[in-house]
Amino acid sequence: MASLRQLSALGLRKAIAAGEVSALEAAREYLGAIDELDGQLHCFNQVHRDRALERAGAIDRKRAAGEPLGPLGGLPLAIKDNICTAYGKTTCSSKILADFHSPYDATAVSRLEAAGAVVLGKTNLDEFAMGSSTENSGFAPTRNPWDVSRVPGGSSGGSAAAAAARLCAAALGSDTGGSIRQPASFCGVVGLKPTYGRVSRYGLVAYGSSLDQIGPIARNVGDAALLLSVIAGHDGSDSTSLDRPVPDYLAELDKPLKNLRVGLVSEFHSQSLWPEIRQAVDRCAEAFGAAGAAVTEVSLPHSRIDAGPDGILSSYAVACYYVVAMAEASSNLARYDGVHYGHRTAKPVKDIIELYCRSRAEGFGQEVKRRIMLGTYALSAGYYEAYYLKALKVRRLIKNDFDAAFAKCDVLLGPTTPETAFPLGAKTADPLTMYLSDVYTISANLAGLPGISVPAGLSRENLPIGVQLLSGAFNEPVLLRAARLLEVALGPAPAPPLAGSN
Amino acid sequence: MAPTEAENPTSPTLTTVIGLEIHCELDTRTKMFCRCLNRFGDPPNTHTCPVCIGMPGALPVMNRQAVDMTIKAGLALNCQVPEFTKWDRKGYYYPDLPKNYQISQYDLPLAREGYLDVPLPGGRTSRIRVRRAHLEEDAGKNVHDLAAHTGVDLNRAGVPLLEIVSEPDIHSVEEVMGYSRSMRRLVRWLGISQANMQMGHMRFEPNISIWVGDGQRIFDESAGYFTPILEIKNLNSFRSLEKTVEWIIDYHRAQIIERGRDWSLEKVGKQNWGYRDDLECCEFQRGKEEAHDYRYFPDPDLAPVRVEAAWRDRIAAEIGELPIARKGRYLAQYQLSDKEADALTEDAPTGDLLDSAVKLGGPVRRVVNLMMGRMMAASNQKGSTLAQLGVSAEALAELAGMMEAGKLSASAADRVMEVLLAEGGKPLDIATRLGVLAVSDASAIEAWVDAAIAANAGPAEQVRTGDKKAKQAFGFLMGAVMKLSGGKAPPAAVKQLLEQKLSPK
Ligand SMILES: [Zn+2]
Repeated sequence: MASLRQLSALGLRKAIAAGEVSALEAAREYLGAIDELDGQLHCFNQVHRDRALERAGAIDRKRAAGEPLGPLGGLPLAIKDNICTAYGKTTCSSKILADFHSPYDATAVSRLEAAGAVVLGKTNLDEFAMGSSTENSGFAPTRNPWDVSRVPGGSSGGSAAAAAARLCAAALGSDTGGSIRQPASFCGVVGLKPTYGRVSRYGLVAYGSSLDQIGPIARNVGDAALLLSVIAGHDGSDSTSLDRPVPDYLAELDKPLKNLRVGLVSEFHSQSLWPEIRQAVDRCAEAFGAAGAAVTEVSLPHSRIDAGPDGILSSYAVACYYVVAMAEASSNLARYDGVHYGHRTAKPVKDIIELYCRSRAEGFGQEVKRRIMLGTYALSAGYYEAYYLKALKVRRLIKNDFDAAFAKCDVLLGPTTPETAFPLGAKTADPLTMYLSDVYTISANLAGLPGISVPAGLSRENLPIGVQLLSGAFNEPVLLRAARLLEVALGPAPAPPLAGSN
Repeated sequence: MAPTEAENPTSPTLTTVIGLEIHCELDTRTKMFCRCLNRFGDPPNTHTCPVCIGMPGALPVMNRQAVDMTIKAGLALNCQVPEFTKWDRKGYYYPDLPKNYQISQYDLPLAREGYLDVPLPGGRTSRIRVRRAHLEEDAGKNVHDLAAHTGVDLNRAGVPLLEIVSEPDIHSVEEVMGYSRSMRRLVRWLGISQANMQMGHMRFEPNISIWVGDGQRIFDESAGYFTPILEIKNLNSFRSLEKTVEWIIDYHRAQIIERGRDWSLEKVGKQNWGYRDDLECCEFQRGKEEAHDYRYFPDPDLAPVRVEAAWRDRIAAEIGELPIARKGRYLAQYQLSDKEADALTEDAPTGDLLDSAVKLGGPVRRVVNLMMGRMMAASNQKGSTLAQLGVSAEALAELAGMMEAGKLSASAADRVMEVLLAEGGKPLDIATRLGVLAVSDASAIEAWVDAAIAANAGPAEQVRTGDKKAKQAFGFLMGAVMKLSGGKAPPAAVKQLLEQKLSPK
């Protein structure tokens, strides 16, 4: 038979449940592929081989005993390395946590495993999820399986590249400003950022706490819906998780959408958008129209993107995002001080202050330090009102725009990224250009709304293009159905040649 | 107008101006933001979890019991309890603070703008305004007595801490002490804190300045000026608070004489000083230039708190009679002395014990004497409250009743009380077991009386003749009867018989 790695998560689940494939075979096949390809791609920080095989064996024994396997029975998954697992390490791709062992599992991880998932390992990211290319990893960059000279996007670059290269059936990422959707777009897979509060953040190492959300990265919309059904739901350990019923996203996926209203975000459809991406968005709008949806232009004035005379883009949303995220990060990352856990300097120190300074100077990378400093500045006495408080006001305006838009539309359509995957090193010298990679994804985080990036064909350079759909809060059922509609209309997304498809 | 201390009848007048912050650990079952037990005295780091040791990815969940307690304190302090409050992060680096930020409340505290009426000696009362009362998490404790390094015990990290901030309405050492003691009584009374000083449940931070100028026009810049505000942190006993305030006031006065207007708030600003227990003096720590910037911002991990009217009303209904009102009632209704009324309103359960014993028929005077005698001695020894001794209102009422009925002498009652304190039980059973129950058989009593008179002819004669030592002799004979009876003769009956038999012929 064709490699079982070509099966979608849903397909593999079915094959395991039917006894056509054992969970152990599936785990072995994926672990073998990781052995073969990950030296080149570096998607994984760690592979938990023995544990994965043991858990897969347990699933097979369950099946033999006639017990239910759970909705993810035997599926080999990958977890972004900023999500805590009680086994192995949780490094956040930072030297400061290079040897950190979490004493507990994140709620999302325990839910996956309780549903029968087999965790293969922890994937690479931009250090503490700060970045858009995975080049900020404290260990090594991840490469894009479509072109290994290019970045996979970030910060969930390891998870997206692993999902695209068929090194896992699906993966978890985290999205603070686009960190699931942007790499999904660069790697040609589906990436879903749920509504803020839909998935517990307990055990997700905090970057920007009011923006962070865990979500699935998968090969198709159905697989993403499957994972969301498992990880979504209230958690008493996360005060920001909402106590609302979790619909069966999968069961509703192929229900036809009647009278769907699609809004084309005029601010995102701007002159600065690459023509090929613009064309992809147009193709999607046409597909919606052909399926009977009403497509209209809508405006998100405070998410507007301006191009300066030098061609450099600017946006309220990006400015607002970086103030909020960095301020929160400066506080969230204060705990890494070399006292209780994590990297502690080996050099002699004269007092506790020097211990803090040296440990942090040695443990954090350049971009993390930059964000801690900017965030600290934004919260300082005398600057708080001008930066943090003002950013909160802008955030409110951005939210209001979305409220108005969703009074008229069910979903909004636009690009996920301004361009396709760029070469390694292309933006590392200029952090501001790098920050603009998230220009279309950031608003959803500021407004707490769900968003999904769906593959929409390849560019002339044979690189994936993604389009983004957004919906109102907790409207994931409609968001996923709209994404599924596009998927059906555009045909299945291809796998990168490196994954050995067909 | 608050009383002022007129130091020098010729101008300028010096008025002490003090604001006091009181930190009080709440007596909740679990910590403020996790489910670890809130317990003092266990081995280091045995009540810790990913949340309170600040592990990556861990998140806080608010303890509603602590919020209830804070609302209760706020209402008892006559504060407004706003409908909307929130949590903020206060950032500073310290090894006993695992996250390097403390979850606290910055601009929207749970309670604000109240007051406490503080009774002062001589029946005076001072009203000290309370600016705010908010809730935060306590830090851990650095342990310095290890051989090679400093350790950190995080059992206390995350314990709910109530911070009550007064307005600068305090003008003397007497008022500082009255305010802080009244506050301790109040939090104990409300059952929200054990307020045990030895366990560090209460810490004080006075801000002390002196107004040099017209004492009737404090804060009016044309009428005088303030000396620098000196803040002293982390005082954990009434003694250190008193010593500190005295020392700082003296220091201010000396500086005023030495430096005049150079020692002013305007020129020097605010300073932090520390108290040295070993030297009983204070020392400079840092000036305004080194003041911390705490970079407060709303904690994104916690939802704002909405205290709806129903919630507030439920707590208000739990408050009941407050200590000052209770004390007034004891003075009037039970005719207690000031000292007794103070001691028995130290905490609510102790006052409740008195009230219940009286309601069960215990004669007030006898009940109070029992509580202020043996029970007080035992509570001082154990460092517990009277109510915590475990003597029930029923036992107390019964014992007092037996004394009143002449069934127990004072010394016999003491022996019964010892047993009650040690192992509990019913006073009648204990007295019977001890064989100290008064004998009611009149012939037995008469036999003891006759024997005592016969054995002590001299004193008997003195009583009979109304000698100038008659009173003393009567007492001696009483004692002799009691001794003969082994303490079982009821004193009232003995007295009556002796009087009858030795009446002048
Ligand atoms: Zn804890």
